[in-house]
Amino acid sequence: MENQKQTQNKPSGIAVFFDELSKSSGMVTFLAILTGILIAGLLVALTTVEVYDAFSISFWSGIKEALRTAWNTYSSLFIGAFGDPKKIAAAFQGGDGLEIRRAINPFFESLVQTTPFIFGGLSVALGFRVGLFNIGAEGQLFIGAMTSVYAGYAITGLPAYIHIPLALLAGAAGGAAWGFVPGYLKAKTGAHEVIITIMMNYIAFKLSDFMLRGPMKDPNEYTPKTPWIQESAQLTRLFPDTIRFHIGFFIALGVAYFVYWLLFKTTWGFELRTVGSNPNGARYAGINTTKATVVAMSLAGSLAGLAGANEVLGLNYRLVPSFTSGYGFDSIALALLGKNHPLGVVLSALLFGFLRNGSRQMQLKSGVPIDIVSILQALILTFIAAPAIIRSIYRLKKPDHEEETIKVGSWGGN
Amino acid sequence: MAPLLELRGITKRFPGVLANDHIDLTLEKGEIHALLGENGAGKTTLMNILYGLYSQDEGDIFVNGNKVTINEPTDAIKAGIGMVHQHFMLIPVFTVTENIMLGEEYVKAGGFLDRKKAAAKITEISDKYNLNVNPDAYVRDLPVGTQQRVEIIKILFREAEILIMDEPSAVLTPQEVDELFKIMRVLVDQGKSIIFITHKLREVMECADRITVIRGGKVIGSTTPKEADTKKLATMMVGRDVQLKIKKTKSDPKETVLNVENLRVMNSQQHLAVDDISFNVRAGEVLGIAGVQGNGQTELVRALTGLLPPTEGKIEILGQDTPQEKPRFITELGSAHIPEDRQKDGLILAFPVADNLILNTYFHEPFSKGITLQFDEIANSGNALVEKFDIRTPSVNTPVSNLSGGNQQKVIVAREFSRPIKLLIASQPTRGLDVGSIEYIHKRLMAKREEGCAILLVSTELDEIIQLSDRIAVMYRGKILDILDAQDATKEVLGLLMAGIKPSDEMKSQAKHEEQIILT
Repeated sequence: MENQKQTQNKPSGIAVFFDELSKSSGMVTFLAILTGILIAGLLVALTTVEVYDAFSISFWSGIKEALRTAWNTYSSLFIGAFGDPKKIAAAFQGGDGLEIRRAINPFFESLVQTTPFIFGGLSVALGFRVGLFNIGAEGQLFIGAMTSVYAGYAITGLPAYIHIPLALLAGAAGGAAWGFVPGYLKAKTGAHEVIITIMMNYIAFKLSDFMLRGPMKDPNEYTPKTPWIQESAQLTRLFPDTIRFHIGFFIALGVAYFVYWLLFKTTWGFELRTVGSNPNGARYAGINTTKATVVAMSLAGSLAGLAGANEVLGLNYRLVPSFTSGYGFDSIALALLGKNHPLGVVLSALLFGFLRNGSRQMQLKSGVPIDIVSILQALILTFIAAPAIIRSIYRLKKPDHEEETIKVGSWGGN
Repeated sequence: MAPLLELRGITKRFPGVLANDHIDLTLEKGEIHALLGENGAGKTTLMNILYGLYSQDEGDIFVNGNKVTINEPTDAIKAGIGMVHQHFMLIPVFTVTENIMLGEEYVKAGGFLDRKKAAAKITEISDKYNLNVNPDAYVRDLPVGTQQRVEIIKILFREAEILIMDEPSAVLTPQEVDELFKIMRVLVDQGKSIIFITHKLREVMECADRITVIRGGKVIGSTTPKEADTKKLATMMVGRDVQLKIKKTKSDPKETVLNVENLRVMNSQQHLAVDDISFNVRAGEVLGIAGVQGNGQTELVRALTGLLPPTEGKIEILGQDTPQEKPRFITELGSAHIPEDRQKDGLILAFPVADNLILNTYFHEPFSKGITLQFDEIANSGNALVEKFDIRTPSVNTPVSNLSGGNQQKVIVAREFSRPIKLLIASQPTRGLDVGSIEYIHKRLMAKREEGCAILLVSTELDEIIQLSDRIAVMYRGKILDILDAQDATKEVLGLLMAGIKPSDEMKSQAKHEEQIILT
């Protein structure tokens, strides 16, 4: 009977393609981003005085002005993120090296902004895969920055090919230590990792303040700053000046692949994912859930630590107070957007990186505040978190089966 | 005169499934009408439509010849229809009166609850139908059988004429079931009418006035206990001849595989759930553990499989002391576990079938080399097991959550049986499965026994225990009251033990004698 059913209503290839497409979660993500952009554009128009002025003249001029405002906003966002195509073309025709670098700089600067998002997103995603909610990425990032900067300026006389990995490892180790604590407390006492990681964030912030004012302060400076790191610890830049793009981006891609391999191709990853998907089932299968929790939190911490190391070793070359502007917290949103999959994390990190970089240019050019990008991110995430909204707006079909969901332990630590 | 209740052409479609296919059903005043069918046959869907939890796609409902529309449970209650759910909807810390009046409170002047008036009505109902319920007792203190009677009063309190009882015997001891049937008889004698949903043939034969068999969403036929016999009903229910009795050779037990001495285990609330238990299971025999649900069986199994640390006592598997909380050590000794709750413990629902089939062997060759998983081997072995154990799945890459309950259970059985095992701990291995799957799993269990595997079978289904076991231990409040040879274990004696009463030897032999008379 099964076969008969299949042959009877066998639809054409294209129909099958669209059917599959409308059920896939990739389609929902795409439409969520599109819908977010549309609504945010509407908000821009609604908050612009010129649009109201134009509406007072006539309805159509109002609509025109609204569309123009939205177009301006997004085109300046695009130019800020990718560079101005006209300028790029002109610079290449002119052939002047500095001009070319200036023209293509926005694109590479976006990649620079993307890099810490990749590390942070991987950190949160790895936690989610094991059923742990790592809110502590920000704190782990601070500690990672601190330990790597220390390894960067305190150790001298090493060649770059040893010093760079060493400083990065120091960052990973610092973050891992900061992740280990909540992991251990959860495994041994059942303390909820959300609470512990939040508290660990505060400790990290204050600890770095203390270190910057005390033991790690550069004695030659009045303000709290660490000394500059050795040149041998600086992440290699791939272009001459004005372009800050450095090898950190490729390291991030490599780490993303490593996380993918670890989670999906190894027995360790199998254990971690089993614990994340059904802790009772994992215990039944003889998997040491205590160990998995501690390992996962430490690994997540080390990834966030790498985000911090990447910032100080690749861009700032020293540590100054409150340097990260919230990469760790945005990473939570980003991991959700990327469905906790390393590839998804890389893609959403690119989206966040380009949006963040483009938003500055947007504010300068069109006067639309940077906050509209936060609103845009929030809208996209809302639609991702509630796919039913998107499915009903666009009349998409329900997926044939439940998407793989990640369970996060309830309060009380099950 | 029109029948009290009539369903005409009720049809209900779920995505991909026709749950009810033009079902006609009538209920006369003062009868017990049994709705017999396997799990998944559509009985519960039909009753949920009648009670307003679902709405039908086609068909009409008539009460006393008048068409009624039932969109939600309140409509059903207004039409005089009440339902006793399989899982009780009671609040343990409330008294019987409070539970019953919940949702239909009697109120005094000033907005205070009038418990006295409600209690008086409850007492009146209780006396009229012989229900024997104290309105002032707290529900948490009541035995399960009494809680069920509270549920019945709840319906009568709302003046229902038609009572739907969904698998009411599932949680009761055999004696409590007899008691329930008496009460049902009193209810219909006093003019109420009952729809009785079940998949147990024996119960239907015992208490129904009329029987309607449902299979695959369709009415297969109606009959009465006088015209039908269990064999015929089973065939109607399953759609083919069923082997009701499994052929069992005489057991030839060999060396002791599992030895348990003076075991004590606390449950999660720190109550003593397993209280000083000793027993052993030998190679080639089945030890059945009977008992009403919640008498320590769960904790016993969890302790034996390393999931719950015992507070005292010794567990030896193949002469080896088992360390606490080391499930992997225990499985690696050659012990297999079919868990009581397959979805909670036994499977990772989001994972594909193939991954679930290697859940406790993934770290062995050939499934992994070093730390890398070998996906070709995993898929090959998965395909082979799917074939061998007849698991109905589109592919080994399908998430197990998409499989039916029976096939999910087969995944577990396939996984556990594909390892070289010497001890099998099977907890409720057939709960919620259709007759076909039950038959299949029973056969597999018996085959393992023939191979010389020691089997500990924990089940609340007395029929299953009696059919499969060589010896039967009965658990009551954490203790094993007695271990009987299967030949000596009659339902009567087991039932008394399940209720915590230790029958004298006289009673045992008398019960056996009576059973023999009934059988011949």
